[in-house]
This record gives sequence, C-alpha cells and structure tokens, in this order.
Amino acid sequence: MTRTITIDGVTRIEGHAKITIHLDDAGKVRDAQFHVTQFRGFEKFVEGRPLTEMPGIMARICGICPVSHLMAAAKACDDILAVQIPPTADKLRRIMNLAQMVQSHALSFFHLSSPDLLFGMDGDPMRRNIFGLIREHPDFARDGILLRKFGQDVIALLGGKKIHPAWVVPGGVNAPLTEETRDTILKQIPEAIARVDRALDYFHQVEDRYPAEVDAFANFPTLFAGLVTPDGLLEHYDGAMKFVDHNATPVAELSPSNHSHYGSLISEAVENYSYLKFPYFKPHGYPAGIYRVGPLARLIVAERCGTVRADMELGVFRTRLGRAPQSSFHYHWARLIEILYGIEMIQRLLQYPDILNTHIRSRARPNRLEGVGISEAPRGTLIHHYKIDENGLIRWANLIIATGHNNLAMNLGVRQVAERFVDGNKLQEGMLNRVEAVIRCFDPCLSCSTHALGQMPLRIELCASDGEVCDVLQRN
Amino acid sequence: MTSVTLTAESITLQIDGKDISCRSGETILQVARENNIDIPTLCFLEGLTVWGGCRLCMVEIAGSPKLHAACATTCAEGMAVSTTSPRLKEYRKMIVEMLFAERNHVCSVCVSNGHCELQNMAVKLEIDHVRFPYRFPRLEVDNSHDYMRLDQNRCILCVRCVRVCGEIEGAHTKDVKGRGVLAAIIHDLDQPWGESQTCTGCGKCVNVCPTGALTQRGTAVGEMTKKTDFLPYLTLMREAKS
Repeated sequence: MTRTITIDGVTRIEGHAKITIHLDDAGKVRDAQFHVTQFRGFEKFVEGRPLTEMPGIMARICGICPVSHLMAAAKACDDILAVQIPPTADKLRRIMNLAQMVQSHALSFFHLSSPDLLFGMDGDPMRRNIFGLIREHPDFARDGILLRKFGQDVIALLGGKKIHPAWVVPGGVNAPLTEETRDTILKQIPEAIARVDRALDYFHQVEDRYPAEVDAFANFPTLFAGLVTPDGLLEHYDGAMKFVDHNATPVAELSPSNHSHYGSLISEAVENYSYLKFPYFKPHGYPAGIYRVGPLARLIVAERCGTVRADMELGVFRTRLGRAPQSSFHYHWARLIEILYGIEMIQRLLQYPDILNTHIRSRARPNRLEGVGISEAPRGTLIHHYKIDENGLIRWANLIIATGHNNLAMNLGVRQVAERFVDGNKLQEGMLNRVEAVIRCFDPCLSCSTHALGQMPLRIELCASDGEVCDVLQRN
Repeated sequence: MTSVTLTAESITLQIDGKDISCRSGETILQVARENNIDIPTLCFLEGLTVWGGCRLCMVEIAGSPKLHAACATTCAEGMAVSTTSPRLKEYRKMIVEMLFAERNHVCSVCVSNGHCELQNMAVKLEIDHVRFPYRFPRLEVDNSHDYMRLDQNRCILCVRCVRVCGEIEGAHTKDVKGRGVLAAIIHDLDQPWGESQTCTGCGKCVNVCPTGALTQRGTAVGEMTKKTDFLPYLTLMREAKS
C-alpha cells in the first residue's frame, strides 16, 4: 500500500509551503516534493504602471528583503534610462544592499535555523524556537537580534525607514549621506564584528555534531551561480553572473553588459505541484541543469571575499570542507561568513572620501524599451526584467527570484533527507523536522518567489492509497 | 486673517456656539477659517471658484433638517452653525472611505505618499479601514505628456485641475467626461495629454491636484510634492490689475 505524508505547512521559513513524502508498500520513501502553495502575481499587476514607480512597487514583494527588490528593480530602471548612476550613489546602494544581507542572514541563522543546531534536530519542539533560544542561550540570542538590528538600523539611517525605504530610485538614490549618519554607522561596526565572531566560534563547536545531516542535507553535485567582481571576488550588487560546476570550475559567465542575455543561460520550467517556477541552466536542459544560488554558491563561485576577516574565515571554511562543499548544510556557515563580509565592506565603503558627495542621482527619460537588473539578494541571484511602451509604462515584467533558482535543489534535497531519515512505519517529529531543516538551509523566501502570507500550522498525515488517514501528527 | 470692519453690512452668527461677526456675502467656510474653526475640504481651493463637489465641508444649521456645504453657503444673520457632530463625523468618514473604494488608491506605492491631501484627510478623520468593498476599476495612466502624468487610479474628481486650467490659465484643456463612477478627467476631446493642442504645459493642474493623480513625470514613490501657495497670490494680483 503506497502512502503519502504531508507536512503542511513548513515552519520557520518565510512564506507558505508544504512537503509531501510518498511512501511505497514497505513504508520506504519513494519520492518527496516541496510545494510552494502561495501566489503573489507581481509580474502581472505592475503592467500599466510608470517605470519610475517600479522600485517602490517591487519592494512590496517582501518585508524581509525589500531592499533586494529595490536594487534589482532600480538597476532594471537604470538600464532602461540607459544611465550610469553617480559613483557615490553606487556606493550608497551597495551599503544598503549589504545591510539588508546582514539583517536577513541574521534572521535566517539566529531566529530560524539556530534552534535546530542548539537544541538538536530531535530536540523538544517547545524549546526548539527563538523563545527557547532567548530563555536558555540569552547571550547568543542577543547577538543575533542585535546583528539584525544593526542591518536594519543602517537601512533606516540611509533610507528613512527599516522596511520599504523609498530612497533607492531610478538613476541613483534620492538623499545624500550626512557626516553624522556615516559616523553613527561606523561607530557600530566593531561591536557588530565582535558579535559575528562569537557566533562563528559557536558554530565551529557545533558544526561537527551533525555529520548525518551534513551528509544528507541536499548533498549532491550541482552547478552554482552568483555574481563576481572583475577580479573574481565576492559581489552582491553588480558584476558578472558566473556559473561554476561542482568542482568550482567555470562553466559560463555573463558580463554586466550582457545581463540582458540571461535567457541564454537560464530557462524556467513549471511543475503542476508548485506555484514556484523551476529555473534551470539552459545548456544542460531540464532537470539536468540544476544549480544553486545563495551564500554557499557565492562562496564557491568567488575566488575569495575581498575583506580581511571574511577571507580568513573563508580559509578556515575551505580548509575544513574543501573548495566546493556540496552539502547545503554548509549554507549556515557561508551565511555567517557573508555577515562578516557585509559588515567589513560597509565599513570600507563608508570610508571612501566621496561617500558624502551630494551628486547622487542621474536623471534621464527612458532611452530603451527593455531593461534587466541583476543583483544578489541574501538568498541568491535576483533578476528583474521589464519592458515598457514608448510612454514609459510597464507592459511586461519577468522576475526570477533567488528562491526559484534553488527550487530543483530544494526538491531533491527534501527527497534525499526523507530517504535518509523518514521511516513511514513510525512517524517521529524529529524525522520531519529534518525534512523542514533542509529547506531552512536554503532560507527560502516564498512570499517573494511566487508573488502570501499566513499562519503556519504543521499537520502531517499518513494516508492509505485509498485516501484513508492512518496516522496524524499535529503541531500548532 | 482678514480683518472685519463692522458696517451696516456686517452680520452676526454662531459657529459651534461661538458668536462671530462677518461681512454679508461671506461663506460659512470663509468665516470659520477666519476664526480658526476647522472644516475639512478636498475640492475647495482658495483662488478657484467654489465647486461644492466633495461634500466634506457639510455642516448643520439650526432649523434646517438637511446638511449644507459650508463652502457654498453664505452666512445669514442669526444663523447657528454646527461644524462637528457625530452625524457629520460619520458622514465625512464615509465620504472619504468611498473615495478610497471607488478607485485604486495604493498609498504605499504612490508618488504622492506622505504629501497627499486625501491621505492626510483619512488620518485626520481617523479612518483605519474602509467598510465598503473596493471596486478595483481597470484605469489607465496617461503618461503621454513630456513632463506631466495623469493617473486616473488616484483621481477623486475634485476638478481643481479643470477649474485652474479654465479660470487661471485660460486654456480649458481639461474637462470631465462620463457620469457617476464612470466620470473621468480628459484633455481636449478625450485625447492623450501629449497630443493636446491647447495645453500650455504650465503645470498648474499638477500643483493644485490634492492626490497623486496629476504628477510630474519621473517622480518615484513619495517624491511628489505640490506647491499650492501660488494660487491665492496669482488671483490677488489679477484682481489688483483689473
């Protein structure tokens, strides 16, 4: 008798999803699927709106990573205006983008994933959450919360508010940085670095406790993609989009001037069980063109970070795990390294002599009818592609969201973890938590990716092939 | 505040229980504002003719069962006016809620966010939700003009733009087509704004528009600010000249 286990919805992720695990007659896992069950539809309802509103509208896709959408949208608009934004505006946008990455990574690692690592995958679900963390590991929780606050504060200091700042506009930004704001941010840097250092020390201690998870958390060879600087360094705002194979050997590269040709490398497939599209590396076909994006992918694609402390930590990472570790469990460590990098880079950018310049916006009318903006969101490469009419109104939009790139890998990962840990004859909460935990490694932002929000009760049903419910586990 | 000379033409009335003297011919709204009594308005703009369309300035007059538009009702001797009451408050809220429900006013992504008279009015009237179902009409944005934009989604049909265009600029490019909820601002004979032969491109319509309906092209979310101070001065200078 074949059966299906459904985890609906998946908890401690951003957005709505469910997982189904299909069992064979012997109760062994036959297949597993990750379903994104919400729909947003931004691609459709921006049609007819003026181009200049796009960053503001697109930022509303997400409350966690609005800045990422601001950046990609503004870059797509810059492309349509055919302007080069002032160097100071470029740096200011970069600072906000990095601050966004720091706050989002801190949320993902400390608030969502660290309870699994601190209390164990089979830990008591009543403790295994942010409140348990605050109760039993208050210093660790405080570091996480304050690191997130650092990122959010930088965003607010630059853009006027933490969520959905309207500061990034086509052609640059709409207000310069003041000396006072710069100094306020710079003062917070040493403490923020100390907090990441403590988190990394902790991570080094616990990382070895999870060999089985490392071994089975989406641990398979895939391609990796991310932006790099002209020197091959870690990049989050603008750079060549590079694909490497599982050995970190370059496979393809799109220079910034060729970003509009992303369609030659990426195509999107759809499956009838998910609202999330399945992008794949076009030259390898579907589904063989599986690739991953995000912190781990970026650290594999890049030769090195380009800041002192992050590069030292990357050295430790590569010494212990190799040049291109394939297990998605390592996303956590990569995330911490990127937080470190982000803080160091914010410091560096703020110290440029031209950072206080008041020429921060290039003005132009639309000079092209089509534009593409590619930047790195915390979860990976984000692509906004717009077409306008001769009056500057949006007529078509295509968004490829970071979470989408990882969709094939998340599905395979869910299956790998289910095969390794789930015993259909006797359901245990810890088994299913691992299935969810592999998804958390990718830090998917589902509200972003399909263009819905809601409560996430967990209900797992074991159903007989005739639909009869054999067993139910429920978590509120 | 305009000084009031007590002459034979002076009349006295009560507004919200306060004894007030004014010149005959003044409207309740004028007198109330001269005496720092706030009556909310949206379609009224000093310097333009009175329209009386938004109905936010409705007041109660003792002895009259119906409500009266303060902007269009002249004061009379012995009149007792009430500008606030639970009934008026409720009606005003209802009117603004209906304005929100009628078209697509999405403040968060509007270029006039933070600088919008409709938004400010909603805050002032303590509107925290809209009790009417939104209509979500499918309306176009006219982006055909070189440097101005008409977004029908944000228009409340106050016709300030129509009045300033006809009365102050003298162009009468703008007018209204259709009836009821289907009414809409048009240019010339319902042509794209950019093709209008009569528009002088003066931009007065943009500055008098209370919402994000008429804006400068190229403005991003929250960037559109209006300058309405010019209008009373312009009117005053013309009157002085004539």
